[in-house]
Amino acid sequence: MERYGQHHFPGRLFIVEGVDGSGKSTQIALLRQWLVSEGYPVFFSEWNSSPLVKRTTRRGKKKQLLTPTTFSLLHATDFADRTEHDLIPPLKAGAIVLADRYIYTAFARDVARGVHPQWVRELYQFAVKPTVAFYFRVPLDESLKRIMGSRSELKYYEAGMDLNLSTDPQKSFKLFQKRIVTEYEKMIDEFGLTVMDALQPITEQQHQMRELVRPFLRGLHRNRQHTAAGRWLVGAGVNGGDNGRKRKTETAP
Amino acid sequence: MTQIAFYGIDTVRVRSEDGLLPGRLFAIEGTDGVGRSTQIQHLRTWLESSGYAVIDTGQRRSQLAGRGIDEAKQGHTLGPLTMDLFYATDFVDRFENQILPALRAGFIVLTDRYIYSLMARAIVRGADRDWVKQVYGLALKPDAIFYLDIELDPLIQRILRRGRFDYWESGMDMRLGPDLYESFIIYQRLILDEFKRMVPDYSFQVIDAMRPIPKILADIQARMEPLLPAG
Repeated sequence: MERYGQHHFPGRLFIVEGVDGSGKSTQIALLRQWLVSEGYPVFFSEWNSSPLVKRTTRRGKKKQLLTPTTFSLLHATDFADRTEHDLIPPLKAGAIVLADRYIYTAFARDVARGVHPQWVRELYQFAVKPTVAFYFRVPLDESLKRIMGSRSELKYYEAGMDLNLSTDPQKSFKLFQKRIVTEYEKMIDEFGLTVMDALQPITEQQHQMRELVRPFLRGLHRNRQHTAAGRWLVGAGVNGGDNGRKRKTETAP
Repeated sequence: MTQIAFYGIDTVRVRSEDGLLPGRLFAIEGTDGVGRSTQIQHLRTWLESSGYAVIDTGQRRSQLAGRGIDEAKQGHTLGPLTMDLFYATDFVDRFENQILPALRAGFIVLTDRYIYSLMARAIVRGADRDWVKQVYGLALKPDAIFYLDIELDPLIQRILRRGRFDYWESGMDMRLGPDLYESFIIYQRLILDEFKRMVPDYSFQVIDAMRPIPKILADIQARMEPLLPAG
Protein backbone atom coordinates (compact mmCIF):
# COMPACT_ATOMS: atom_id res chain seq x y z
CA MET A 1 0.00 0.00 0.00
CA GLU A 2 1.34 3.39 -0.97
CA ARG A 3 0.58 6.29 1.30
CA TYR A 4 -0.71 9.79 0.51
CA GLY A 5 1.88 11.58 -1.59
CA GLN A 6 3.76 8.38 -2.49
CA HIS A 7 1.81 7.39 -5.60
CA HIS A 8 3.37 8.26 -8.95
CA PHE A 9 0.85 7.84 -11.72
CA PRO A 10 0.96 9.22 -15.25
CA GLY A 11 -2.62 10.56 -14.96
CA ARG A 12 -3.84 13.71 -13.22
CA LEU A 13 -6.30 14.08 -10.37
CA PHE A 14 -8.24 17.31 -9.90
CA ILE A 15 -10.69 17.59 -7.06
CA VAL A 16 -13.10 20.20 -5.72
CA GLU A 17 -13.99 20.86 -2.12
CA GLY A 18 -16.25 23.26 -0.28
CA VAL A 19 -19.47 23.39 1.71
CA ASP A 20 -22.86 22.70 0.16
CA GLY A 21 -23.85 25.73 -1.86
CA SER A 22 -20.30 26.79 -2.70
CA GLY A 23 -20.81 26.07 -6.39
CA LYS A 24 -18.05 23.45 -6.61
CA SER A 25 -20.17 20.89 -8.46
CA THR A 26 -21.03 23.43 -11.14
CA GLN A 27 -17.39 24.30 -11.56
CA ILE A 28 -16.15 20.73 -11.87
CA ALA A 29 -18.91 19.94 -14.37
CA LEU A 30 -17.72 22.87 -16.50
CA LEU A 31 -14.11 21.80 -16.16
CA ARG A 32 -15.08 18.32 -17.26
CA GLN A 33 -16.83 19.60 -20.39
CA TRP A 34 -13.80 21.63 -21.34
CA LEU A 35 -11.36 18.75 -20.82
CA VAL A 36 -13.59 16.41 -22.85
CA SER A 37 -13.86 18.94 -25.65
CA GLU A 38 -10.08 19.25 -25.62
CA GLY A 39 -9.88 15.51 -26.28
CA TYR A 40 -8.64 14.22 -22.91
CA PRO A 41 -9.92 10.97 -21.47
CA VAL A 42 -11.82 12.11 -18.37
CA PHE A 43 -13.24 10.08 -15.49
CA PHE A 44 -15.47 11.42 -12.77
CA SER A 45 -16.08 10.20 -9.23
CA GLU A 46 -18.50 11.57 -6.70
CA TRP A 47 -18.40 11.43 -2.89
CA ASN A 48 -20.45 8.67 -1.28
CA SER A 49 -21.34 6.84 -4.49
CA SER A 50 -19.87 3.33 -4.17
CA PRO A 51 -22.44 0.70 -5.17
CA LEU A 52 -20.89 -1.79 -2.71
CA VAL A 53 -21.43 0.42 0.31
CA LYS A 54 -24.58 2.25 -0.75
CA ARG A 55 -27.12 -0.03 0.93
CA THR A 56 -25.23 -0.10 4.22
CA THR A 57 -24.98 3.68 4.29
CA ARG A 58 -28.67 4.02 3.48
CA ARG A 59 -29.58 1.56 6.24
CA GLY A 60 -27.32 3.29 8.74
CA LYS A 61 -28.78 6.70 7.98
CA LYS A 62 -32.41 5.57 7.83
CA LYS A 63 -32.24 3.69 11.12
CA GLN A 64 -29.89 6.26 12.66
CA LEU A 65 -27.37 3.58 13.54
CA LEU A 66 -24.33 5.71 12.86
CA THR A 67 -21.97 7.11 15.46
CA PRO A 68 -19.32 9.67 14.46
CA THR A 69 -16.76 6.83 14.20
CA THR A 70 -18.85 4.43 12.13
CA PHE A 71 -20.06 7.34 9.98
CA SER A 72 -16.39 8.10 9.34
CA LEU A 73 -15.44 4.47 8.65
CA LEU A 74 -18.35 3.85 6.31
CA HIS A 75 -17.45 6.87 4.20
CA ALA A 76 -13.83 5.71 4.19
CA THR A 77 -15.01 2.29 2.95
CA ASP A 78 -16.96 4.01 0.18
CA PHE A 79 -13.91 6.08 -0.69
CA ALA A 80 -11.66 2.99 -0.69
CA ASP A 81 -13.94 1.24 -3.16
CA ARG A 82 -13.86 4.25 -5.48
CA THR A 83 -10.10 4.61 -5.06
CA GLU A 84 -9.54 0.96 -5.97
CA HIS A 85 -11.98 0.92 -8.90
CA ASP A 86 -12.52 4.40 -10.21
CA LEU A 87 -9.40 6.39 -9.38
CA ILE A 88 -6.26 4.29 -9.47
CA PRO A 89 -6.83 2.32 -12.72
CA PRO A 90 -7.52 5.39 -14.92
CA LEU A 91 -4.71 7.32 -13.22
CA LYS A 92 -2.33 4.46 -13.98
CA ALA A 93 -3.55 4.52 -17.58
CA GLY A 94 -2.73 8.22 -17.89
CA ALA A 95 -6.26 9.63 -17.80
CA ILE A 96 -7.65 12.65 -15.99
CA VAL A 97 -9.80 11.91 -12.96
CA LEU A 98 -12.10 14.53 -11.48
CA ALA A 99 -13.58 14.12 -8.02
CA ASP A 100 -16.46 16.06 -6.52
CA ARG A 101 -15.42 16.12 -2.85
CA TYR A 102 -12.40 14.22 -1.59
CA ILE A 103 -10.76 13.24 1.70
CA TYR A 104 -10.90 16.82 2.96
CA THR A 105 -14.68 16.52 3.13
CA ALA A 106 -14.22 13.65 5.57
CA PHE A 107 -11.65 15.60 7.58
CA ALA A 108 -14.00 18.59 7.83
CA ARG A 109 -17.23 16.71 8.56
CA ASP A 110 -15.87 13.97 10.79
CA VAL A 111 -13.82 16.33 12.93
CA ALA A 112 -16.86 18.63 13.17
CA ARG A 113 -18.64 15.52 14.52
CA GLY A 114 -15.97 14.95 17.15
CA VAL A 115 -13.75 12.34 15.49
CA HIS A 116 -10.09 12.78 16.43
CA PRO A 117 -8.38 14.84 13.67
CA GLN A 118 -5.23 12.75 13.66
CA TRP A 119 -7.08 9.44 13.59
CA VAL A 120 -9.22 10.38 10.59
CA ARG A 121 -6.18 11.70 8.71
CA GLU A 122 -4.47 8.37 9.31
CA LEU A 123 -7.58 6.50 8.18
CA TYR A 124 -7.33 8.07 4.71
CA GLN A 125 -3.58 7.54 4.27
CA PHE A 126 -4.22 5.25 1.29
CA ALA A 127 -5.69 8.15 -0.71
CA VAL A 128 -3.96 9.43 -3.84
CA LYS A 129 -2.77 13.01 -3.41
CA PRO A 130 -4.56 15.26 -5.91
CA THR A 131 -2.64 17.13 -8.60
CA VAL A 132 -4.66 20.20 -7.64
CA ALA A 133 -7.25 20.44 -4.85
CA PHE A 134 -9.60 23.40 -5.29
CA TYR A 135 -11.34 24.77 -2.24
CA PHE A 136 -14.36 26.95 -3.02
CA ARG A 137 -14.51 29.45 -0.25
CA VAL A 138 -17.81 31.14 0.40
CA PRO A 139 -19.02 33.15 3.41
CA LEU A 140 -21.28 31.03 5.60
CA ASP A 141 -24.25 33.39 5.20
CA GLU A 142 -24.07 33.11 1.45
CA SER A 143 -23.86 29.31 1.32
CA LEU A 144 -26.73 29.00 3.81
CA LYS A 145 -28.82 31.37 1.68
CA ARG A 146 -28.11 29.26 -1.42
CA ILE A 147 -28.90 25.97 0.35
CA MET A 148 -31.90 27.01 2.39
CA GLY A 149 -33.46 28.63 -0.64
CA SER A 150 -33.37 25.45 -2.69
CA ARG A 151 -34.14 22.84 -0.09
CA SER A 152 -37.39 22.19 1.72
CA GLU A 153 -36.17 19.66 4.23
CA LEU A 154 -32.78 18.87 5.76
CA LYS A 155 -31.88 15.26 6.44
CA TYR A 156 -30.88 14.06 9.92
CA TYR A 157 -27.13 13.56 9.42
CA GLU A 158 -26.88 16.34 6.84
CA ALA A 159 -28.17 18.79 9.43
CA GLY A 160 -25.79 17.33 12.04
CA MET A 161 -28.76 16.39 14.22
CA ASP A 162 -26.71 13.52 15.68
CA LEU A 163 -24.56 16.12 17.46
CA ASN A 164 -27.42 17.50 19.53
CA LEU A 165 -26.44 21.07 18.75
CA SER A 166 -30.06 22.12 18.49
CA THR A 167 -33.44 20.46 18.20
CA ASP A 168 -34.26 22.73 15.28
CA PRO A 169 -32.81 21.21 12.07
CA GLN A 170 -32.20 24.63 10.50
CA LYS A 171 -30.31 25.92 13.55
CA SER A 172 -28.42 22.66 13.87
CA PHE A 173 -27.44 22.78 10.20
CA LYS A 174 -26.08 26.32 10.58
CA LEU A 175 -24.00 25.42 13.63
CA PHE A 176 -22.73 22.26 11.95
CA GLN A 177 -21.80 24.13 8.75
CA LYS A 178 -19.94 26.70 10.80
CA ARG A 179 -17.81 23.98 12.36
CA ILE A 180 -17.16 22.49 8.92
CA VAL A 181 -15.99 25.83 7.52
CA THR A 182 -13.62 26.23 10.47
CA GLU A 183 -12.10 22.83 9.65
CA TYR A 184 -11.76 23.66 5.95
CA GLU A 185 -9.96 26.88 6.77
CA LYS A 186 -7.43 24.96 8.89
CA MET A 187 -6.70 22.60 6.00
CA ILE A 188 -5.74 25.24 3.43
CA ASP A 189 -2.12 25.37 4.55
CA GLU A 190 -1.96 21.84 5.89
CA PHE A 191 -2.80 20.29 2.50
CA GLY A 192 -1.96 23.14 0.14
CA LEU A 193 -5.53 23.65 -1.05
CA THR A 194 -6.00 26.11 -3.91
CA VAL A 195 -8.50 28.67 -2.67
CA MET A 196 -11.17 29.88 -5.10
CA ASP A 197 -13.37 32.88 -4.40
CA ALA A 198 -16.83 31.36 -4.81
CA LEU A 199 -18.50 34.78 -4.80
CA GLN A 200 -17.08 35.65 -8.21
CA PRO A 201 -19.19 35.12 -11.35
CA ILE A 202 -19.33 31.49 -12.49
CA THR A 203 -17.54 32.19 -15.79
CA GLU A 204 -14.75 34.06 -14.02
CA GLN A 205 -14.17 31.20 -11.57
CA GLN A 206 -14.16 28.72 -14.44
CA HIS A 207 -11.66 30.80 -16.37
CA GLN A 208 -9.30 30.83 -13.39
CA MET A 209 -9.76 27.12 -12.81
CA ARG A 210 -8.83 26.29 -16.41
CA GLU A 211 -5.76 28.50 -16.20
CA LEU A 212 -4.68 26.67 -13.05
CA VAL A 213 -5.29 23.25 -14.59
CA ARG A 214 -3.70 23.94 -17.99
CA PRO A 215 -0.01 23.71 -16.95
CA PHE A 216 -0.63 20.19 -15.61
CA LEU A 217 -2.05 18.92 -18.91
CA ARG A 218 1.27 18.94 -20.71
CA GLY A 219 2.34 15.46 -21.75
CA LEU A 220 -1.06 13.82 -21.31
CA HIS A 221 -2.46 11.59 -24.02
CA ARG A 222 -5.21 13.26 -25.96
CA ASN A 223 -7.51 12.41 -28.82
CA ARG A 224 -6.64 14.97 -31.50
CA GLN A 225 -9.99 14.64 -33.32
CA HIS A 226 -11.67 16.36 -30.44
CA THR A 227 -9.54 19.44 -30.26
CA ALA A 228 -11.51 21.43 -32.80
CA ALA A 229 -14.83 20.58 -31.19
CA GLY A 230 -16.89 22.80 -28.93
CA ARG A 231 -15.19 24.98 -26.36
CA TRP A 232 -16.61 27.07 -23.56
CA LEU A 233 -19.82 25.28 -22.91
CA VAL A 234 -20.72 27.46 -19.97
CA GLY A 235 -24.33 27.10 -18.96
CA ALA A 236 -25.02 24.07 -21.12
CA GLY A 237 -26.47 21.16 -19.18
CA VAL A 238 -24.71 21.96 -15.96
CA ASN A 239 -26.29 20.74 -12.78
CA GLY A 240 -25.30 21.49 -9.23
CA GLY A 241 -25.73 19.46 -6.09
CA ASP A 242 -25.84 15.73 -5.58
CA ASN A 243 -28.24 13.98 -7.85
CA GLY A 244 -28.29 10.28 -8.54
CA ARG A 245 -26.47 7.65 -6.55
CA LYS A 246 -25.19 5.17 -9.07
CA ARG A 247 -21.47 4.69 -9.59
CA LYS A 248 -20.59 7.84 -11.44
CA THR A 249 -17.63 6.82 -13.44
CA GLU A 250 -18.09 7.75 -17.00
CA THR A 251 -15.52 8.11 -19.63
CA ALA A 252 -15.55 10.73 -22.29
CA PRO A 253 -17.29 9.65 -25.50
CA MET B 1 -12.02 -4.09 36.25
CA THR B 2 -11.03 -3.67 32.65
CA GLN B 3 -8.31 -1.08 32.57
CA ILE B 4 -9.05 1.65 30.06
CA ALA B 5 -6.04 1.49 27.79
CA PHE B 6 -5.65 1.72 24.03
CA TYR B 7 -3.13 0.82 21.36
CA GLY B 8 -3.49 4.23 19.72
CA ILE B 9 -5.93 7.14 19.59
CA ASP B 10 -9.15 6.77 21.57
CA THR B 11 -11.32 8.48 18.96
CA VAL B 12 -14.49 6.85 20.33
CA ARG B 13 -13.76 8.78 23.53
CA VAL B 14 -14.26 5.89 25.90
CA ARG B 15 -11.92 7.48 28.39
CA SER B 16 -13.86 10.69 28.81
CA GLU B 17 -17.14 8.86 29.26
CA ASP B 18 -16.09 6.16 31.68
CA GLY B 19 -13.88 6.24 34.72
CA LEU B 20 -13.80 2.47 34.76
CA LEU B 21 -15.37 -0.52 33.15
CA PRO B 22 -16.61 -3.16 35.59
CA GLY B 23 -16.79 -5.96 32.99
CA ARG B 24 -14.05 -8.10 31.47
CA LEU B 25 -12.96 -8.35 27.86
CA PHE B 26 -11.46 -11.62 26.61
CA ALA B 27 -10.41 -12.12 23.01
CA ILE B 28 -10.18 -15.59 21.51
CA GLU B 29 -7.91 -15.33 18.50
CA GLY B 30 -6.58 -17.74 15.95
CA THR B 31 -6.82 -18.57 12.30
CA ASP B 32 -9.75 -19.99 10.33
CA GLY B 33 -10.94 -23.41 11.46
CA VAL B 34 -8.73 -23.55 14.56
CA GLY B 35 -11.69 -24.14 16.89
CA ARG B 36 -12.39 -20.70 18.37
CA SER B 37 -16.18 -20.93 18.33
CA THR B 38 -16.20 -24.36 20.02
CA GLN B 39 -14.09 -22.96 22.86
CA ILE B 40 -16.32 -19.89 23.17
CA GLN B 41 -19.42 -22.07 23.51
CA HIS B 42 -17.80 -24.05 26.32
CA LEU B 43 -16.41 -20.96 28.03
CA ARG B 44 -19.78 -19.29 27.94
CA THR B 45 -21.50 -22.26 29.55
CA TRP B 46 -18.79 -22.47 32.20
CA LEU B 47 -18.94 -18.74 33.02
CA GLU B 48 -22.72 -18.67 33.12
CA SER B 49 -22.91 -21.66 35.41
CA SER B 50 -20.47 -19.83 37.69
CA GLY B 51 -22.98 -16.94 37.77
CA TYR B 52 -21.43 -14.44 35.39
CA ALA B 53 -23.42 -12.51 32.78
CA VAL B 54 -21.80 -13.16 29.42
CA ILE B 55 -22.13 -11.85 25.89
CA ASP B 56 -20.24 -13.09 22.91
CA THR B 57 -19.62 -11.30 19.66
CA GLY B 58 -17.84 -11.99 16.42
CA GLN B 59 -17.19 -10.77 12.93
CA ARG B 60 -20.00 -9.62 10.65
CA ARG B 61 -22.48 -9.66 13.52
CA SER B 62 -22.98 -5.88 13.55
CA GLN B 63 -26.39 -4.46 12.85
CA LEU B 64 -24.80 -1.86 10.61
CA ALA B 65 -22.40 -3.66 8.32
CA GLY B 66 -22.82 -7.44 8.69
CA ARG B 67 -25.25 -7.81 5.83
CA GLY B 68 -23.38 -5.35 3.63
CA ILE B 69 -20.15 -7.34 3.95
CA ASP B 70 -21.94 -10.60 3.13
CA GLU B 71 -23.44 -8.99 0.03
CA ALA B 72 -20.13 -7.45 -1.03
CA LYS B 73 -18.42 -10.86 -0.72
CA GLN B 74 -20.96 -12.42 -3.08
CA GLY B 75 -19.86 -10.17 -5.93
CA HIS B 76 -16.52 -9.87 -7.66
CA THR B 77 -15.69 -6.20 -7.13
CA LEU B 78 -14.63 -6.16 -3.47
CA GLY B 79 -11.07 -4.81 -3.36
CA PRO B 80 -8.68 -5.45 -0.44
CA LEU B 81 -8.74 -1.95 1.08
CA THR B 82 -12.50 -1.78 0.77
CA MET B 83 -12.79 -5.13 2.52
CA ASP B 84 -10.42 -4.00 5.30
CA LEU B 85 -12.47 -0.90 5.98
CA PHE B 86 -15.83 -2.65 5.69
CA TYR B 87 -14.66 -5.07 8.39
CA ALA B 88 -13.33 -2.15 10.45
CA THR B 89 -16.79 -0.56 10.23
CA ASP B 90 -18.36 -3.82 11.39
CA PHE B 91 -15.87 -4.03 14.26
CA VAL B 92 -16.39 -0.48 15.49
CA ASP B 93 -20.17 -0.80 15.31
CA ARG B 94 -19.92 -3.86 17.57
CA PHE B 95 -17.29 -2.19 19.73
CA GLU B 96 -19.52 0.82 20.40
CA ASN B 97 -22.89 -0.93 20.53
CA GLN B 98 -22.16 -4.38 21.96
CA ILE B 99 -18.77 -4.55 23.65
CA LEU B 100 -18.61 -1.19 25.47
CA PRO B 101 -22.19 -1.23 26.82
CA ALA B 102 -21.63 -4.78 28.10
CA LEU B 103 -18.36 -3.84 29.78
CA ARG B 104 -20.04 -0.84 31.40
CA ALA B 105 -22.79 -3.10 32.68
CA GLY B 106 -20.30 -5.56 34.19
CA PHE B 107 -20.62 -8.37 31.64
CA ILE B 108 -17.92 -10.79 30.64
CA VAL B 109 -17.37 -10.22 26.93
CA LEU B 110 -16.05 -13.11 24.87
CA THR B 111 -15.06 -11.97 21.44
CA ASP B 112 -14.52 -14.50 18.67
CA ARG B 113 -11.55 -12.72 17.06
CA TYR B 114 -10.77 -9.11 17.88
CA ILE B 115 -8.66 -6.62 15.96
CA TYR B 116 -5.71 -9.01 15.49
CA SER B 117 -7.32 -11.23 12.86
CA LEU B 118 -8.50 -8.16 11.00
CA MET B 119 -5.02 -6.67 11.12
CA ALA B 120 -3.36 -9.89 9.95
CA ARG B 121 -5.75 -10.25 7.04
CA ALA B 122 -5.30 -6.63 5.99
CA ILE B 123 -1.49 -6.80 6.17
CA VAL B 124 -1.36 -10.04 4.19
CA ARG B 125 -3.48 -8.32 1.53
CA GLY B 126 -1.00 -5.48 1.15
CA ALA B 127 -2.15 -2.88 3.69
CA ASP B 128 0.58 -0.85 5.36
CA ARG B 129 1.38 -2.28 8.79
CA ASP B 130 1.50 1.10 10.55
CA TRP B 131 -1.68 2.25 8.87
CA VAL B 132 -3.57 -0.81 10.10
CA LYS B 133 -2.21 -0.33 13.61
CA GLN B 134 -3.27 3.31 13.69
CA VAL B 135 -6.78 2.62 12.43
CA TYR B 136 -7.34 -0.12 15.02
CA GLY B 137 -5.59 1.98 17.66
CA LEU B 138 -9.08 2.96 18.82
CA ALA B 139 -9.66 -0.52 20.26
CA LEU B 140 -9.60 -1.13 23.99
CA LYS B 141 -6.85 -3.48 25.16
CA PRO B 142 -8.50 -6.72 26.29
CA ASP B 143 -7.92 -8.21 29.74
CA ALA B 144 -6.43 -11.21 27.97
CA ILE B 145 -5.91 -12.44 24.42
CA PHE B 146 -5.99 -16.22 24.10
CA TYR B 147 -4.30 -17.15 20.86
CA LEU B 148 -5.14 -20.64 19.62
CA ASP B 149 -1.87 -21.71 18.08
CA ILE B 150 -1.71 -24.40 15.41
CA GLU B 151 0.72 -25.63 12.78
CA LEU B 152 -0.28 -25.76 9.14
CA ASP B 153 -0.50 -29.58 8.82
CA PRO B 154 -2.87 -30.17 11.74
CA LEU B 155 -4.90 -27.20 10.50
CA ILE B 156 -5.34 -28.88 7.12
CA GLN B 157 -6.50 -32.06 8.87
CA ARG B 158 -9.07 -30.04 10.83
CA ILE B 159 -10.35 -28.41 7.65
CA LEU B 160 -10.65 -31.80 5.95
CA ARG B 161 -12.67 -33.15 8.88
CA ARG B 162 -14.93 -30.12 8.61
CA GLY B 163 -15.49 -30.90 4.97
CA ARG B 164 -14.31 -28.25 2.56
CA PHE B 165 -11.92 -25.41 1.79
CA ASP B 166 -13.60 -22.01 1.86
CA TYR B 167 -12.92 -19.39 -0.84
CA TRP B 168 -11.99 -16.59 1.58
CA GLU B 169 -10.19 -18.79 4.10
CA SER B 170 -8.05 -19.91 1.19
CA GLY B 171 -7.32 -16.31 0.18
CA MET B 172 -8.61 -17.05 -3.31
CA ASP B 173 -9.27 -13.33 -3.80
CA MET B 174 -5.47 -12.95 -3.88
CA ARG B 175 -4.98 -15.60 -6.57
CA LEU B 176 -2.15 -17.20 -4.64
CA GLY B 177 -2.49 -20.64 -6.15
CA PRO B 178 -4.25 -22.54 -8.94
CA ASP B 179 -6.83 -24.15 -6.64
CA LEU B 180 -8.35 -23.87 -3.17
CA TYR B 181 -5.91 -26.29 -1.57
CA GLU B 182 -2.72 -24.73 -2.86
CA SER B 183 -4.00 -21.23 -2.21
CA PHE B 184 -5.04 -22.24 1.32
CA ILE B 185 -1.50 -23.43 2.09
CA ILE B 186 0.12 -20.20 0.94
CA TYR B 187 -2.49 -17.92 2.45
CA GLN B 188 -2.66 -19.61 5.86
CA ARG B 189 1.13 -19.68 6.09
CA LEU B 190 1.15 -15.89 5.60
CA ILE B 191 -1.60 -15.42 8.18
CA LEU B 192 0.10 -17.66 10.75
CA ASP B 193 3.37 -15.77 10.26
CA GLU B 194 1.56 -12.51 10.89
CA PHE B 195 0.00 -13.86 14.09
CA LYS B 196 3.42 -15.07 15.23
CA ARG B 197 4.79 -11.56 14.90
CA MET B 198 1.95 -10.26 17.05
CA VAL B 199 2.49 -12.67 19.96
CA PRO B 200 5.11 -10.53 21.76
CA ASP B 201 3.81 -7.17 20.48
CA TYR B 202 0.34 -7.67 21.92
CA SER B 203 1.15 -10.09 24.75
CA PHE B 204 -0.88 -12.99 23.37
CA GLN B 205 -1.33 -15.94 25.70
CA VAL B 206 -0.37 -18.79 23.42
CA ILE B 207 -2.68 -21.79 23.76
CA ASP B 208 -1.59 -24.98 22.05
CA ALA B 209 -4.66 -25.79 19.93
CA MET B 210 -3.31 -29.14 18.70
CA ARG B 211 -4.57 -30.88 21.83
CA PRO B 212 -8.03 -32.37 22.53
CA ILE B 213 -10.84 -29.86 23.08
CA PRO B 214 -11.19 -30.44 26.89
CA LYS B 215 -7.46 -29.90 27.40
CA ILE B 216 -7.54 -26.60 25.50
CA LEU B 217 -10.59 -25.50 27.47
CA ALA B 218 -9.00 -26.34 30.82
CA ASP B 219 -5.91 -24.38 29.82
CA ILE B 220 -7.93 -21.25 28.97
CA GLN B 221 -10.09 -21.60 32.10
CA ALA B 222 -7.02 -21.78 34.34
CA ARG B 223 -5.67 -18.59 32.82
CA MET B 224 -9.03 -16.79 32.83
CA GLU B 225 -10.08 -17.62 36.37
CA PRO B 226 -7.71 -15.24 38.23
CA LEU B 227 -8.87 -12.39 35.97
CA LEU B 228 -12.57 -12.78 36.77
CA PRO B 229 -14.37 -10.50 39.23
CA ALA B 230 -14.38 -11.91 42.74
CA GLY B 231 -17.55 -13.56 44.04
